[in-house]
Amino acid sequence: MFEIGLSHYMTVSAIVFTLGILGIFLNRKNVIIIMMSVELMLLAVNINLVAFSAELNDMVGQVFAMFVLTVAAAEAAIGLAILVVYFRNRGSIAVEDVNMMKG
Amino acid sequence: MEIFAVFLPLFGALCAGFLVFIRSSEAKTPNRIDIAAQWVTCGAMILAAVAAGVVFWDVVLGNNPRTVELFTWIDSGAMEVSWAIKLDTLSSVMLFMVTTVAAVIHVYSIGYMHHDHSIPRFMSYLSLFTFFMLMLVSADNLVQLFFGWEGVGLCSYLLIGFWYDRPAANAAAIKAFVVNRIGDFGFALGIFAIFVLFQSVDYDTIFAAVAGKADATMVVFGTEFHAITICAVLLFIGAMGKSAQLGLHTWLPDAMEGPTPVSALIHAATMVTAGVFMVCRMSPLFEYSDTALTLVTVVGASTAIFAATVACVQNDIKRVIAYSTCSQLGYMFFAAGVSAYSAGVFHLVTHAFFKALLFLGAGSVIHAMSDEQDMRKMGGIWKQVKVTWVLMWIGSLSLAGIFPFAGYYSKDTILEAAYAAHTLAGGYAFWLGIAAAFLTAFYSWRLIIMTFHGESRADPKVLAKVHESPKVMILPLFVLAAGAMFMGYIGFNSFVGSEAGAFWGDSILVLASHPALEAAHHVPVWVKYLPLVVGVTGIALAYVLYMGFPALPGAIAARMQGLYQFLLNKWYFDELYDLIFVRPAFMLGRGFWKGGDGALIDGIGPDGISAAVKQLAKRAGAIQSGYLYHYAFAMLTGVVVLVTWYLFGHGG
Amino acid sequence: MIQALTFYVFAFFTVVSAVLVISARNPVHSVLFLILAFFSSAGLFVLMGAEFLAMILVVVYVGAVAVLFLFVVMMLDINFVELRQGFLQYLPAGAMIGLVLLIELVVIVAGHALAPDAGTAVAQPMPPVDKISNTQALGELFYTHYIYLFQAAGLILLVAMIGAIVLTHRKREGVRKQRIHDQVNRRPEDSVEVVKVETGKGI
Repeated sequence: MFEIGLSHYMTVSAIVFTLGILGIFLNRKNVIIIMMSVELMLLAVNINLVAFSAELNDMVGQVFAMFVLTVAAAEAAIGLAILVVYFRNRGSIAVEDVNMMKG
Repeated sequence: MEIFAVFLPLFGALCAGFLVFIRSSEAKTPNRIDIAAQWVTCGAMILAAVAAGVVFWDVVLGNNPRTVELFTWIDSGAMEVSWAIKLDTLSSVMLFMVTTVAAVIHVYSIGYMHHDHSIPRFMSYLSLFTFFMLMLVSADNLVQLFFGWEGVGLCSYLLIGFWYDRPAANAAAIKAFVVNRIGDFGFALGIFAIFVLFQSVDYDTIFAAVAGKADATMVVFGTEFHAITICAVLLFIGAMGKSAQLGLHTWLPDAMEGPTPVSALIHAATMVTAGVFMVCRMSPLFEYSDTALTLVTVVGASTAIFAATVACVQNDIKRVIAYSTCSQLGYMFFAAGVSAYSAGVFHLVTHAFFKALLFLGAGSVIHAMSDEQDMRKMGGIWKQVKVTWVLMWIGSLSLAGIFPFAGYYSKDTILEAAYAAHTLAGGYAFWLGIAAAFLTAFYSWRLIIMTFHGESRADPKVLAKVHESPKVMILPLFVLAAGAMFMGYIGFNSFVGSEAGAFWGDSILVLASHPALEAAHHVPVWVKYLPLVVGVTGIALAYVLYMGFPALPGAIAARMQGLYQFLLNKWYFDELYDLIFVRPAFMLGRGFWKGGDGALIDGIGPDGISAAVKQLAKRAGAIQSGYLYHYAFAMLTGVVVLVTWYLFGHGG
Repeated sequence: MIQALTFYVFAFFTVVSAVLVISARNPVHSVLFLILAFFSSAGLFVLMGAEFLAMILVVVYVGAVAVLFLFVVMMLDINFVELRQGFLQYLPAGAMIGLVLLIELVVIVAGHALAPDAGTAVAQPMPPVDKISNTQALGELFYTHYIYLFQAAGLILLVAMIGAIVLTHRKREGVRKQRIHDQVNRRPEDSVEVVKVETGKGI
């Protein structure tokens, strides 16, 4: 309990990851919540990577976490740009209205 | 030489067949392609007739029977069948007759079908038919015979339905083929039975082994039967179908839907005689089965009288002649039935000539009367179509068996043989044959008088255009007329007279226990003259009724309305068959089609599957809601399932 | 002891912020809680000895990404959305799946065991922290072994930048811009036309 080890960090990561997933399909408000949930998931992954890096004494975990960070930032930017354009065209980002892919 | 005789018609047929697909730019009929087709087929046919004549002279007159093997067809276990041409008296006589009559009819068709739109197709079918018939008569084994048998059936179908835009012609063609098919089924069973019995389908092998198997029995469905009787009866069923004997005769009158040359060739001279030929060819087999012979006699005699009665009241000129053919075929069969095979073949040959003459003459009349076929609308035209009139008289005199025409010799021999058989069946055949002879003379003169003599009942416009047929149609008829006049006298001795033994050689077998033909020459005088007497009486009665008192026939028919309708409707055979076979067959077929195929198979199969696929697809499509979070949820569920399965199931 | 306490505090804040991110009504609140989650996990990173990463997390994630979120949230006209009817009908299924996932993850975590030689076959061993700082160690790795990937990451960022501009670029009609080149290269002959005007007559 008091000796913080790998399992603790992994548990935290798991919980945050699950919360991120839940956020994707349990939200009924708007699409930005989805984007934020994705960020949460990426954060959880980062925690996991760094935890293993510390455990195994290997720098590669942190290197990889850096790259994940980079890509997350790029993806957030593009995602928001898409969202903005979508809003311009549709006038709404309510989750129910985003169904143009309906087959 | 025999190769030419048999295969030249095939060559002609193929050439004309190719020409069918070449479109000519000329608008008129006949155009150059048509003329080319006519030349090729008629030329090939005439050459084949000449070759057949040479073969006849060599094989029969030069006494040189042989079998020419062409090549092997089937060689499987005990079954060995080869393509071969058997040349003995029977087949040479048939070859000669078939090629001659076919050549005459080919030339006649040039004139008759002059304005038709599909001349190459017609000529090709005619030649193809002739080829199949020649294969049939020159076969040296049952399978090749069957090949020709089926082939002539096919060509009959093609030719009856030649004018395929007429529904009546199509129906008649199908009827002919289906009824033939029933006979062919029996025939095929007969071939199978023969193979089981003799382990071969080759004539020579079978004929050599027949005497040894005379008492053999065969177990069919648990009951023991005399084997040769089974084979013979089954083969005869095939002959019944092909030769339109009572029971399987319904197709012949309807076959008149085809053009007249077709009726002459197929339904007078050749195809319908294939049954008679087959029975005579299998004479070694039939001789050992008295039951089969009795059956043949009874069926033949019954057919003769049945057809003769129906012919008396028909109004279509071609139908009268068709029923006449049916009746004369009955004669040939009961001749074979009393073991007077050579008399049957003799009558076959003479009948081919005079019946083809009658048909083609009728065609000439129809052509003259602007395609009118109903005799009630003819009459009084003899002055305008003198040559046709004379030719029809010659044909009818021959048919009625008036001395010295061909029919007299052959018909009388048959009746004498029937009497001389001194069996119950023979007596039955004799008296019915006499009655049929009377009726034959009667309806033949009814035809002539109604068509040519008396007051004309024709439409004045038609009457004005009555003209003699062109030479290309008349000249071939002279050949047939010569045959109808002289064939009897010339051939009597050879076919059935004193030189018959040497003439026929081994091609026909007559056991000593069946002396009908021999005894026929020694029958009482009244038997010899009775056919002639009844024939003359029939002519006289026709004269009285139709020339003397033209109103009388109508009055008689009105008084005996029941009998008249019975005869007019062909003894209601067609209606009976329709009720018993056709309608149930249609119902069964419809049931299987709509219920079985449509509802069940299509329902479960293609339609069912496609409907199910559509349903599934619709439901699957509903999954595409368009909402991203739905998709993400689905992905997550998949991940969870995978992880669960991995953890607790498969791995770890 | 202190370490454990710090860990639990930071972990607690991370989890709670995550929950509130996805359940806050006001989207601006969601973004603010996301920021708090980032800060807390930065603390976690420091605890694990990856201080460079922690600072980068704050600078990039909070300073750039979360601020971007805030911009967009405020720019778009988003209303407060009441909880719709449908939410409750999806909650059981979704919560179930999420719960199952969580349980499985925890099972894996609890039952995991590192391979005995895991610590030996290390790709890039972490140098002791008293020799070089974490930052320097990372730098030595990035610019030597992983230089190509580093450049590629830079390219990705470049592409993202271009992409964002291209996506949202709007062409405004009727905007008149200066074209300096044309202005500078204009010659008197093109702009001025000298016309001899006679008295009393116009142009």
